[in-house]
Amino acid sequence: MNLALPLNDICFSTAKVLFAVLGVGLNIAGLLGWVERKQSAVMQDRIGANRASIFGINILGLFHPIADAIKMLTKEDFVPTGATKGLHGLAPMISLGCAMFCLAALPYGGVIQYAGSAWDLQPIALPMGVPLVLAVLAFGVHGIVMAGYASGSNYGLLGALRGAAQMISYEVALASSLAGVLFIYGTLDFSEAVLWQASHGIWGIFLQPLAFILFLTAGAAVTKRTPFDLPEGESEIVGYHVEYSGMKFGMFLMTDFFESIVICGVITALFLGGWTIPGLELRTMGLLGGALMLASFIGKMMFLLFLLMQIRWTLPRFRFDQLLDLGWKNLLPLALINFLATVWVVYLWR
Amino acid sequence: MAITIRPVTRPQRTFLTEIYLVEVWRGLMLTFRHLFVNLFRHTMTLFRIKGFLPGAVTIQYPEDAAMLGKRARTRHRLLKRDDGAPRCTACLLCETICPAKCIRITAENAPDVTVEKRAKTFDIDLGMCVFCGYCVEACPVDAIHMDANEVELSTFNRKDMIWDMAELLGDKPKLPSAATKAVDPLYGA
Repeated sequence: MNLALPLNDICFSTAKVLFAVLGVGLNIAGLLGWVERKQSAVMQDRIGANRASIFGINILGLFHPIADAIKMLTKEDFVPTGATKGLHGLAPMISLGCAMFCLAALPYGGVIQYAGSAWDLQPIALPMGVPLVLAVLAFGVHGIVMAGYASGSNYGLLGALRGAAQMISYEVALASSLAGVLFIYGTLDFSEAVLWQASHGIWGIFLQPLAFILFLTAGAAVTKRTPFDLPEGESEIVGYHVEYSGMKFGMFLMTDFFESIVICGVITALFLGGWTIPGLELRTMGLLGGALMLASFIGKMMFLLFLLMQIRWTLPRFRFDQLLDLGWKNLLPLALINFLATVWVVYLWR
Repeated sequence: MAITIRPVTRPQRTFLTEIYLVEVWRGLMLTFRHLFVNLFRHTMTLFRIKGFLPGAVTIQYPEDAAMLGKRARTRHRLLKRDDGAPRCTACLLCETICPAKCIRITAENAPDVTVEKRAKTFDIDLGMCVFCGYCVEACPVDAIHMDANEVELSTFNRKDMIWDMAELLGDKPKLPSAATKAVDPLYGA
């Protein structure tokens, strides 16, 4: 029995997941903290954070995420007296863990041929990838409710209720806006959806522009970014993480960035052709093809993150009733109409 | 005069504004224009290419000088007569009007008989001063001004906030005391 190959496979799988979570997730999340400050500053005619320096060198303020991390790690981790000890610590882990798992299920690349065997660049490749990511993303709401409940604070509990109400309303619109595009692809697998777009030579955004806008809007709401940041409202509203400090608070903060990355990854895979580059057959190009796949996927994801960031700094915050109205009365019916119209058109086409 | 009525029409909300997408797009165009124009200007500044406006209106204060208004009330200054003697006649009007009670004057006889009195000591505690400018208004001989254009007055102890007459006249530079030297890491650098 040859044990070398399975061991290789295990190492490769572990490396892939580590790359997705640590390489892509943590780095982009750190970078997003910098982008958030700098992009808002430049577009508001300011300079932005530029003081953190190492030995007098400050590369446009790129050290600020590192300073943030050091600050979070060295701050006192305070647990209030009324808090439920175990749940208080578990809540941020659930939030962050769910977002991390979703990161590992994104299709960063397809199958490439190298050294006589096939290597699948998708860390967790499952035939039910899309609903799994949506389900795990929705599971993150448990972390929020748990945080509000376990804090032993009424403000935290109210914030958690607000957060849960928002996330659940938009989760519905989020999933149903994908129904049309998944119906066209005829699959629930990320890599097959990407391959469908590659083989038909058209990106999902041109087939389903309405679904793209709906998913982007609902995605921004699910990740609790401005203009839908009522659950947290960084400086103005008391949110579910009011009783958290130190790295536990940092984990909630990172969950936001991770979820944004996941949403942008899902949009990239289903609407922007995933890792494909038009005009290039990446699957037959060996290692170079693999590198190009990663670059293409992450590049598209970064562009979407940039767009979301710009939206975040452009639009004012919604009122809570407007927020729920938008979710239940506008996004959900539009998503369902979009799905029905898609089914009807596909039926006529065949 | 008759009351005139100017009817103001509310902007009508059309379908295009109601669906919000067009308005979002217009907002994004505005912010994107700012972003890219400023990025271009920042790049030009970075590579020292002249002829472009700066990308930001920020003043990097401790490094770049703060710009004070022409009539900004800053640190007090005591003025001198043409013969070099202080203009102050120790009438105590500034000390009387000062709402913060930060001025302490002791008077003595002046050798010049036309002014009769002069200040022996003239101390202003800038730690208590509220920079209201009443002392300047009250002075009958125009002896005190608040136009030294100096706002970086903080010290490490309260005693150093008190300026005496020679320092206010500009005869003697204001030097930090030994206590300040001990705690100020920048002193002597």
